[in-house]
Amino acid sequence: MPSDIQQLPGVEEAVALGLTPAEYDLIVAQLGRAPNQVELAMFSLLWSEHCAYKHSKRLLGQLPTEGEHLLLGPGENAGAVDVGGGLACAFKVESHNHPSAVEPFQGAATGVGGILRDVFAVGARPIAVLDSLRFGEPTSNRSRYLLDRAVAGIGHYGNSIGVPTVGGEVYFEGPYEQNCLVNAMCLGLAGHDRLIRAAAAGPGNVLVLMGASTGRDGIGGASVLASAELDAEDEAKRPSVQIGDPFEEKKVMECCLELLDRELLVSLQDLGAAGLTSSAAEMASKGEVGIDLDVGRVPLRESDMEAFEIMVSESQERMLAVVGPARVDEVLAVCARWEVGGTPIGEVTTTGHLRVLRDGQVEGDVPVAALVDDCPLYDLAPARPDGALYPAPERTLDPAATPREALLALLSSPNIASRRPLFEQYDSIVQSRTVRRPEEADAAVLALPDGAALAVSIDGNGRRVACDPYRGTVAAVLECAANLACAGAEPLGLTNCLNFGNPEKPHVAWQLSESVRGLADACRALDVPVVGGNVSLYNEAPDGPIYPTPVVGMVGRLPDAAAAGRLGFARAGDALAFAGPFLPHLPGSELAKLRGEALPQELPEVDLEAARTALEVVREAVCAGDVSSAHDAAEGGFAVAVAEAAIAGGLGARIDFAPPGEGLDRFLFGEGTGGFVLTGPREVFDRMAERIPVTVLGEVGGEALLVELGAEGRLEWSLAELREAWAGGLAPLFP
Amino acid sequence: MKFGIVRFPGSCDEVDAQLAAGRVGESVLLWHGDRDLRDVDAVIVPGGFSYGDYLRVGAIARFSPVMESVIEFARAGGPVLGICNGFQVLCEAGLLPGALLPNAGLRFVCRDVDLEVVDADTPFTRGCSPGDRLTIPLKHTTGRYHRPADGDVRVVLRYAPGHNPNGSEDDIAGVANEAGNVFGLMPHPEHAVDPLTGSTDGLRIFSSLAAVPA
Repeated sequence: MPSDIQQLPGVEEAVALGLTPAEYDLIVAQLGRAPNQVELAMFSLLWSEHCAYKHSKRLLGQLPTEGEHLLLGPGENAGAVDVGGGLACAFKVESHNHPSAVEPFQGAATGVGGILRDVFAVGARPIAVLDSLRFGEPTSNRSRYLLDRAVAGIGHYGNSIGVPTVGGEVYFEGPYEQNCLVNAMCLGLAGHDRLIRAAAAGPGNVLVLMGASTGRDGIGGASVLASAELDAEDEAKRPSVQIGDPFEEKKVMECCLELLDRELLVSLQDLGAAGLTSSAAEMASKGEVGIDLDVGRVPLRESDMEAFEIMVSESQERMLAVVGPARVDEVLAVCARWEVGGTPIGEVTTTGHLRVLRDGQVEGDVPVAALVDDCPLYDLAPARPDGALYPAPERTLDPAATPREALLALLSSPNIASRRPLFEQYDSIVQSRTVRRPEEADAAVLALPDGAALAVSIDGNGRRVACDPYRGTVAAVLECAANLACAGAEPLGLTNCLNFGNPEKPHVAWQLSESVRGLADACRALDVPVVGGNVSLYNEAPDGPIYPTPVVGMVGRLPDAAAAGRLGFARAGDALAFAGPFLPHLPGSELAKLRGEALPQELPEVDLEAARTALEVVREAVCAGDVSSAHDAAEGGFAVAVAEAAIAGGLGARIDFAPPGEGLDRFLFGEGTGGFVLTGPREVFDRMAERIPVTVLGEVGGEALLVELGAEGRLEWSLAELREAWAGGLAPLFP
Repeated sequence: MKFGIVRFPGSCDEVDAQLAAGRVGESVLLWHGDRDLRDVDAVIVPGGFSYGDYLRVGAIARFSPVMESVIEFARAGGPVLGICNGFQVLCEAGLLPGALLPNAGLRFVCRDVDLEVVDADTPFTRGCSPGDRLTIPLKHTTGRYHRPADGDVRVVLRYAPGHNPNGSEDDIAGVANEAGNVFGLMPHPEHAVDPLTGSTDGLRIFSSLAAVPA
């Protein structure tokens, strides 16, 4: 029995730690007694939304998790797919939203650190990071501060550890003003036989804690920060934000990879949210064993830490390994060579219990199943809201502006302007694999040893999901797939981070349910399995929830790295075509936002079958080298896609547009899915037209973008003015 | 030609340097804790964040055991190439004049820049001619070159007009010691050796050193 020298905490303490009174009663019933302080702390974290997915687990069951390339599915530290040549790509996206809203530099840095550990915990060497960021409008001081510090934090961690940041995305929207989003995705490579699972095995095996010492930082991060709404007292939560040390992580990573290379580990798990508690419980649960941990042996930063503090500390740069007793000395020698802490702190048992010991005393004793499996799951009570949930965006463009003015305004608008001021702060080339850097192609492209390549993209336009959670989420998946197709890649797997508000509110529950349904349908239609992901709920500030933001990260493969697509016009004289089942729609678009129009309550239906065919045709054309450039029409529609391709290639174009009569704006700036700006020899498009809708609209060349409108005249922009608008949009934010 | 590439805790570009050197010769990694240089013909001190760059960039690395041997090797005339963090380490070790300060913009910057070859009379640039332009990427926060007080520096590479990314004095991108056998530069020639990933101009530095035609 646990020592009982202190008074047991009661239901009030449980509620203060984020549990409900009913959950506390359930814990008492499971234990057959009241939990002590250590036990209650452990329950409060593992039964938090962040760790237990208690409001989302049932929904996530809809997602397809099977696929011919799948090697590791959801439930492991990261999922993995076969990429050929005996190699696996492990990848995952995760949020670090609330820590970043409270302290953006460390919040973002440790978000990167955490996702890197998830990937090398499965035995893969991290080869790339991408990030997905959401802030309020850059006109606000707070948003500029969060942007500046979050970007610096991502760079600080990724650059220092030698993993390239190859891509990402950022959107600026009012509803993220208080609650910014920082999602980080990491990819790693490993031989198939080198992938390692997190299940503890072999009673008598030793648990070795590696890496940094344990301090009081990040105590309660998962429950206090990640599973509650933000409020005015957030400054006081700064001590709950962890501090990152990329140098420590670099050593830990190299050390773990060497240990795995030498086959010295039985299993490996990172310490993330809920620290030792979560790692030990997860490992024991997966291996259906028990674990004894002696917290008295854990190296501490402050000697007077309580047992519960040691168990829940979220100090960064720590890993937990299971090692055969005969291998412990060898493991510790490798740790010493890398100047990494390595301490045996416990062992695998047959009890099925997680026991916390200190100085020979039992400080806590809990059945692993109660911690990991018995957290109550909640059904959502979704209800479609009657009216608009979000205010109309602030108007920044006169609705009477001409198409000429509108294109320049769109190019310089925060959601479309060049991201160069951000990505230049990231090392995108270390590891000598980066075939396509940011803004060279729609997806980042990374060479594989066998001459093939991976393409990866991350996307998720929250405003479109706010308009229509189902179709907006389908659009996010299609957008990611379109990016891969333009690089020439076939999708292998998908990871997602579902960033939503408080799921206990019916309208948020509705957004979440509809979005997951859309994700599942889109993945099924494209035959792309979900390999893992993360759910971040309670993204709300007192003035309301964020835009519902499912962030989708997709990894694909192309057979020949040298044939990877580019987005920029490449050859004067090429025909310029617009391909795909694209149905432009202005409501909910960037132009509608600039005009200050309210969000529509639905988006047009998408034909998933037609979208899939277009993706295949574009991918094949890129891989075969038939087209010289490929770029999908996304924010800002056709005109922005053409302008971006012109800027990237340093070549203009002349386009003949049959005067559409009504709605020139819709043709130029309307948004939708499945539209591609392609350039190449005309006969390529004649062939393509047999399979998908294609219109040859003009020709690449010159120093200007010309749109001939027949009797209605012409629109003309010089390349220089397009470039100036686009390059100058965000640059002033990074003086 | 056998290249030895130093690996400190926190080195990031040592494998990249090894790959690049491997295109023109043999290459091995040298562990920071060993004094043995393994009979290499040239040493590369690579990029990264040695020892986390805590205290000051390059300040801790220069005290590592391997650096004692590298200093000895350099004083005996052996060719030593310092790239980015390696350049910083060589300045801290007193093998190269001057110092690297935080970028004028105070931010990390990663981009391709154009360089002009000023001095083609070093083992590292003998495959070039003065005035040649090289396109090579760079990535650093602390790359603003500052001359020593006496101002006497053998400049090997300059940023081309309009390409100085960090406020370096006189657009200096790379310098050599007086003898010319120690060379440090902020740009990363090892990241410009393969047409698949961009420019191949960096290969000229490695080819020069290995005395093979680029």
